[in-house]
Amino acid sequence: MKHRSPSDQHHGKRPRVPIPTAAASFSPQDGMEDKPPTNPRELTQNPLKKIWMPCKNGLPEKHISQRKVCMTNCPTLIVTVGLPARGKTYISKKLTRYLNWIGVPTREFNVGQYRREFVKIYKSFEFFRPDNEEGLKIRRQCASAALNDVRQYLTEDGGQVAVFDATNTTRERRHTIIQFAEQNGFKVFFVESVCEDPDVIQENIVQVKLGSPDYTNCNTEEAVEDFMKRIKCYENSYETLDEVLDRDLSYIKIMDVGQRYLVNRVLDHIQSRIVYYLMNIHITPRSIYLCRHGESELNVKGRIGGDSGLTARGKEFAKKLNQFIQAQNISDLKVWTSQMKRTIQTAEALNVPYEQWKVLNEIDAGVCEEMMYEEIQDHYPLEFALRDQDKYRYRYPKGESYEDLVQRLEPVIMELERQENVLVICHQAVMRCLLAYFLDKTAEELPYLKCPLHTVLKLTPVAYGCKVESICLNVDAVNTHREKPENVEVSRMSEEALLTVPAHQ
Amino acid sequence: MVGLPARGKTYISKKLTRYLNWIGVPTKMFNVGQYRREAVKTYKNFEFFKPDNEEAMKIRKACAAAALKDVAAYFTRDHGQVAVFDATNTTRERRAIINSFAKENGYKVFFVESICDDPDIIAENIKQVKFGSPDYVDRDIDEAMDDFIQRIECYKASYMTIDDEKDRKLSYIKIFDVGSRYLVNRVQDHIQSRIVYYLMNIHVTPRSIYLSRHGESELNLLGRIGGDTGLSPRGQKYASALGTFLKGQKIKDLKVWTSHMKRTIQTAEALGVQYEQWKALNEIDAGVCEELTYEEIQENFPEEFALRDQDKYRYRYPKGESYEDLVHRLEPVIMELERQENVLVICHQAVMRCLLAYFLNKPADELPYLRCPLHTVLKLTPIAYGCKVESFFLNIEAVNTHRERPVNVNISRNPEEALQTVPQHI
Repeated sequence: MKHRSPSDQHHGKRPRVPIPTAAASFSPQDGMEDKPPTNPRELTQNPLKKIWMPCKNGLPEKHISQRKVCMTNCPTLIVTVGLPARGKTYISKKLTRYLNWIGVPTREFNVGQYRREFVKIYKSFEFFRPDNEEGLKIRRQCASAALNDVRQYLTEDGGQVAVFDATNTTRERRHTIIQFAEQNGFKVFFVESVCEDPDVIQENIVQVKLGSPDYTNCNTEEAVEDFMKRIKCYENSYETLDEVLDRDLSYIKIMDVGQRYLVNRVLDHIQSRIVYYLMNIHITPRSIYLCRHGESELNVKGRIGGDSGLTARGKEFAKKLNQFIQAQNISDLKVWTSQMKRTIQTAEALNVPYEQWKVLNEIDAGVCEEMMYEEIQDHYPLEFALRDQDKYRYRYPKGESYEDLVQRLEPVIMELERQENVLVICHQAVMRCLLAYFLDKTAEELPYLKCPLHTVLKLTPVAYGCKVESICLNVDAVNTHREKPENVEVSRMSEEALLTVPAHQ
Repeated sequence: MVGLPARGKTYISKKLTRYLNWIGVPTKMFNVGQYRREAVKTYKNFEFFKPDNEEAMKIRKACAAAALKDVAAYFTRDHGQVAVFDATNTTRERRAIINSFAKENGYKVFFVESICDDPDIIAENIKQVKFGSPDYVDRDIDEAMDDFIQRIECYKASYMTIDDEKDRKLSYIKIFDVGSRYLVNRVQDHIQSRIVYYLMNIHVTPRSIYLSRHGESELNLLGRIGGDTGLSPRGQKYASALGTFLKGQKIKDLKVWTSHMKRTIQTAEALGVQYEQWKALNEIDAGVCEELTYEEIQENFPEEFALRDQDKYRYRYPKGESYEDLVHRLEPVIMELERQENVLVICHQAVMRCLLAYFLNKPADELPYLRCPLHTVLKLTPIAYGCKVESFFLNIEAVNTHRERPVNVNISRNPEEALQTVPQHI
């Protein structure tokens, strides 16, 4: 998967990297047969990611093979379709978060947002009446402005996927978008949400509409009434994606919040992944509990990695965790651990069945396994500095990077989406990756997220995001969090490198 | 399965069964046609399938019942996890029987219906798999085609597709026109979700998959496992020869994949084309045994060495991986291979064994002993219900890296017994 750009991938400007087709033609027409065999290019290993790349005169040549999997050859425009309060923005935001986490630069463009900036104050549903010419003009302009920004993002700012979040309920509007995409060489994938269940719609309105800037000055009843009338404005002209008329389009129709799906003409890998993701998410209320194993023997010695057991305090934490979980009274809690002794020992104290996942194992520190930071600085000062320079992409020699971890954890995230109440007992780097997914943190922030020992994070999806409650179970433990030091230069002194190492035995 | 004859039900059944077994979910296929062939030794003609043929109806119902009985035995006695019931199941009545059977026994049911009206696809289907069927072994092609078309007609009158309204409580996927469109209803759990994802990624477009290891490496020559060395001179020669070979194959739009290890990348570099690096294609991690010779492993870790010989598929190197772990790691590669068309995968011995086992439906105990010698390209082309394999040795000598399972796998064995099957090296 493509790694996220060094700059904040949501906003930074980057020169567009031309993406040649990743396919080769081995036919005589190439004229390759007549050329003498070329000398193979020298390879050099990129010091940060440990990726082998061709080089010339000792300097790496830019080569597309740095990417692990070519997800898309051309940018993709995802277009939502559906009446108001059908979960389009919920889906847009979630999908955007997921794609960014797996390394596909994605941004959403919500037309309602553009409208709010244009029309400073929302008066009432009358704005959306189909005979309100003034309103229609403004809404068309907003859609155009949004599409313009989409174009900028996908062609100049290094974006790979743009999610165009609007009702797009008429064939005419969708046709405009398709033409726009064709002109710019974007693939289009429609995501339509169809739902007639009044309870679901009501809940939707309560969760996200009442808090909208449009209704800050209304009371609940007023707001609901107005919003219902707003939906009515769209209903008459709503043309759902048609099995026959739209058979050449690529789309997924989500019916009744995921009970049924109609999928048409999935064109490529990224669309296939999007479909798989959308088919696995649900909105049943639930909570996800994340915590690390109890304090381990190697933790207190300030050593990273390894496969040691719990200290006495770690065992105490496991007991407290058991009490905490019981008190939470969670229905049908699934418990997952890694295959490392310390998480399993922690789970054992809960006296419930648990599932071991190898992919939840801590990041592999390769040659640095079981070393203290002081020893790493001593033996591998260059590596230590490179890691501080780009902790997300840095791969330990014969080990892994955070970027590798994210790829490894993707099936865990997918299964977490499918599940309801789950407790994941894992490790510091792993927990940081999972947390970054739920809280939409960037690649730069991810490796520095605070995940202290003996603290449980309870994540509960709410509205468009995730509520986090941090529960410290009051059992002392070492601090294992090392902040980024000020000096990350290779030339720095040991003291500067070790400035932020937490205390240990 | 649900669908008229020649809609790809058995193709899907076999492929799905192969995939599920490979990822470690014990799965078995039950083809009712097979039961029918055993009950009615010789197939005369389509009249057997006429809806008013009472005698035949009785036999067919009995066959379906026998198959369901075997399904139950597979679950309870043989610890199977998934059974694929491959038959037309085109009437609501028949599907209701299956649903009751499942309910009584506490099984979940997931229907896979294949709908297709494209006459070309159906004709191609009949050509590929029906002519070779035991039913038509003594007929000439036109006769067989005629008879089969009439057979399909027998089912059409009573065919009731899964209904979006009446069957809305069922869990199913409807596949239209070989994957152009899908309707998915009420996916209940993880395995159904994986099945849907898999079915939505497979296709029937003709193509070939080329599997090869990297050229001979420096460590190969020394009889050492793992590591990240470059190619030996002979390995370099192989890389060039590979390029020549591929040109000769005249492949359209070939994608080339390598691992992140130097030796596969060096091999790809010689081809002079774009390639993609997959970390998931890296060789099995031998943990503490990385870069050791088998002799050194026997000397330093004799018990580990014996355990590995006892169960090479599940054995995990200390701080390393097992073949079982490898399969798990390679699943996204397989999924993407299913989506793609012509692909060349340049990988490693253990990795290639896992991929090959998937395509050739080899079980876990055979997988770690599949022969994947250096400097040999395997060309896999899907045909009918399986995969044609062509092996091309590119005539560049290389060491043998294949260690057979020794006779004595007991921990108490002598070093000589352990090292008996170690291939030659420097």
